[in-house]
Amino acid sequence: MSTQVLLVLAAPLFGIGVYGALSQQSFVMIMMGLELMLNGAILAAATFWSLSAGGTPKGQLLAVVVMAVMAVEAAMGFALVVNVYRIRKADITEKLKALRG
Amino acid sequence: MREIVFWAMAIAAVVTAWRVFRADSMVRAAYWLMASFVAVGVILVLLGAEFLGLVLLLMMAGEMTIMAVFMVMFMMNPAGLNPMTMVHQHRTSIVAGVVAFAGLAGVGILGRFPDARVSEPDRATAQLGGELLGDSMLVFETAGVALLATMIGALAIASSKGRYGGADEGSAPPELGRAGEPPTTKAGERDTGEQRAGQHEAEDEHAGHGGTMSGMEM
Repeated sequence: MSTQVLLVLAAPLFGIGVYGALSQQSFVMIMMGLELMLNGAILAAATFWSLSAGGTPKGQLLAVVVMAVMAVEAAMGFALVVNVYRIRKADITEKLKALRG
Repeated sequence: MREIVFWAMAIAAVVTAWRVFRADSMVRAAYWLMASFVAVGVILVLLGAEFLGLVLLLMMAGEMTIMAVFMVMFMMNPAGLNPMTMVHQHRTSIVAGVVAFAGLAGVGILGRFPDARVSEPDRATAQLGGELLGDSMLVFETAGVALLATMIGALAIASSKGRYGGADEGSAPPELGRAGEPPTTKAGERDTGEQRAGQHEAEDEHAGHGGTMSGMEM
C-alpha cells in the first residue's frame, strides 16, 4: 500500500466514471458515472491524507466535503429526473432535444 | 494479511466499477456500484480513516437503495431479462475514459509525493472530530447549509404542486406571438398538473402560431 499504488487504483475508478457519464443514455446511469468519479476522488484524498500528508485532519475534512458533494449531486439529480419525467415523459437524454419547459 | 485484503479490495473495486456499465439490468448496475463503494470503504478503513470508510458505506447503502427504486420506477428493463446496451458516442467516451485513466495514473506513477504517514493512527477519528468542530467549523457548517438548501431545492423541483397551487402558477410562457405581442394565457386558468403538462406539449407543437392557448384542452 504505497501512494503510487493507491493513486493508480483511483485512476481507473475515475476513468470508468468518465466513460459512464459520457456514454450512458439513461439519466440515472449518468449519475452513476458521476458517483464513480467522486469515488475515485475520495480514495485519492484519503490516500494523500494517510500516506503523504502526515495525517493532518484537514485531509479527512476534504473527503467529508467530497461526500457532501456526492449527497447534493444525488439529491438534485433525482429531483431533476422526477421533474423531467413528469413534464416530458423522458428517461434518456435522447428524448431531451431542448431544455425549455 | 492487510496486503491480501488490500489487493482483493483493490481488484474488486475496479472490476465491480467496470461491471456497472456492463450489467444488463439497471438495478444490478446500482448494486455493482455499491459493491465498488464497499471495496473503497474497506480500503479507507485499511488506510486508517475508519470513520470516513464507515460513513461512505452507510451513505452508499442508502443511496444505492434509492437508486434501485428509481430504476424500477422509471427505467425500462429493470429486471435485466434482455440484454441491454444504451450508449451514445461510445468510441469518444472510451477514448475520454482511457485518457483520463492514463493521465491520472501517469501523475500517480511519475509524481513525487512526500512520504509522511499518519502520525497518530489511533487518534485519527478524534482529530477529525476536533477539526470539524474546531478550526474548520465554518467549512462543516457550510456543507450542512448546502445540504439543507439542496433538500429545499430538491423538494421545490420535484413537487408538482405546492400548498396553494401549481409550481408555475403566475408565471408566463416565455415565447412571444408572431406579431411580437406577449401571450395572453392566464396562469390562473391552468388547473391540474396533467393539464399543464399537456399544455406545454401543445405549445411546443404550435410555437410560432401565436401564444393564445388558453382554450386548449387535452
